[in-house]
Amino acid sequence: MFDAYQTNTLKFNRDECNGCGMCYAVCPHAVFNRNGRTITLARAENCMECGACQRNCPTNVIAVDSGVGCATAMMIAAVTRKRAPVCG
Amino acid sequence: MNTATSTITFADRWDHFLTRWGVNRMGRRVEPGLYAIGNPTKDSPVFVTANYTLSFDALRSALARMAAYILVLDTEGINVWCAAGKGTFGTDELAHRIEATALRDVVSHRIVILPQLGAPGVAAHEVKKRTSFKVEYGPVRAADLPEYLKHHEATPEMRRVRFTLRDRLAVIPVEIVGGLLPMLIAAAVAYLMGGWVSSLAVLAAILAGVALFPILLPWLPTRDFSAKGFFLGALVALPFVLLSLQGNADAAWWYRAGRAIAPLLIWPPVTAFLALNFTGSTTFTSRSGVRREIFAYVPVMAWMFAIGIALMLGLPIIRTVGG
Repeated sequence: MFDAYQTNTLKFNRDECNGCGMCYAVCPHAVFNRNGRTITLARAENCMECGACQRNCPTNVIAVDSGVGCATAMMIAAVTRKRAPVCG
Repeated sequence: MNTATSTITFADRWDHFLTRWGVNRMGRRVEPGLYAIGNPTKDSPVFVTANYTLSFDALRSALARMAAYILVLDTEGINVWCAAGKGTFGTDELAHRIEATALRDVVSHRIVILPQLGAPGVAAHEVKKRTSFKVEYGPVRAADLPEYLKHHEATPEMRRVRFTLRDRLAVIPVEIVGGLLPMLIAAAVAYLMGGWVSSLAVLAAILAGVALFPILLPWLPTRDFSAKGFFLGALVALPFVLLSLQGNADAAWWYRAGRAIAPLLIWPPVTAFLALNFTGSTTFTSRSGVRREIFAYVPVMAWMFAIGIALMLGLPIIRTVGG
């Protein structure tokens, strides 16, 4: 109840991960844990879908429907029927 | 090549202040290109940033007593993180700027240090393939650079983005400026409809949404911005409920009840709507979460507001007609 942020669109395919650690380095919310070359999805509920991990994953084992979590931009986009909400 | 210093002058600070108040918001730009700071050599590090003055100044002020290069990307005057989200602080622009400034002839190494928050727009492996430069992601905050440079390793704390009270206070002026015109118009309309009390209620509801909400954000109950906003809005509307009860002391019970409920229906949705719009100023809301909030709460806000206005306008009419 009253928590729209419990789930998100982040998916991590651990089996095909090469352990490079880029996702761990770029995530601003400590979603991934790193233990040597083993990466785990530790705090998935913290993900803000910024897309940094997906963009920097050289093996494409991360998928996230990334975008900016801004209500103003999304509502303006809905009203003006533009596909990608932007600001500034 | 351009040169820059690490000194933030009084004129810079005044510019920062005006920027925070939204003055000439899209004109806060630095010329894209390569800048020398200190007296850099072929071995000096290269730091990449956006061509927004607040971003550029945060970086150069962190490089005091250092010799380095600053590579400024053209992000159209937008800060690193927002520009990365749009892709203007991105792989293409970085590759282009490395070529355009002939960086490979300026330095002998092949490393560029990017702010971590540039990562949503830049694919490090792609940049390496296209330019032979290795992208190294530095800390989130430029202020952590001196510490970072000791081992070229960011601590988990340096990698986390926060949203401290200080950060939240910094965005309030621009929120107030953005809401000023609608607020004055709404206050004028409210004055004509219900006198100065209604006008005051408008100001309270809107200021609660744009100023009080950012301050109280972590302490308001629930995780949803809209629910937090409803809660804060109800608190702020309470005095107006009491004022209404006091003001209609000799009226019929249904009239008194109706007039007392109206502020609770009209004002909390206004505060909640502004609270929901604050999601874009924060550092942690996801798009899918915000979308769920919009679908869940905006219809409720609209209905409450409409019923409240109808009640406020309808009650005097019913009283007059009913004698």
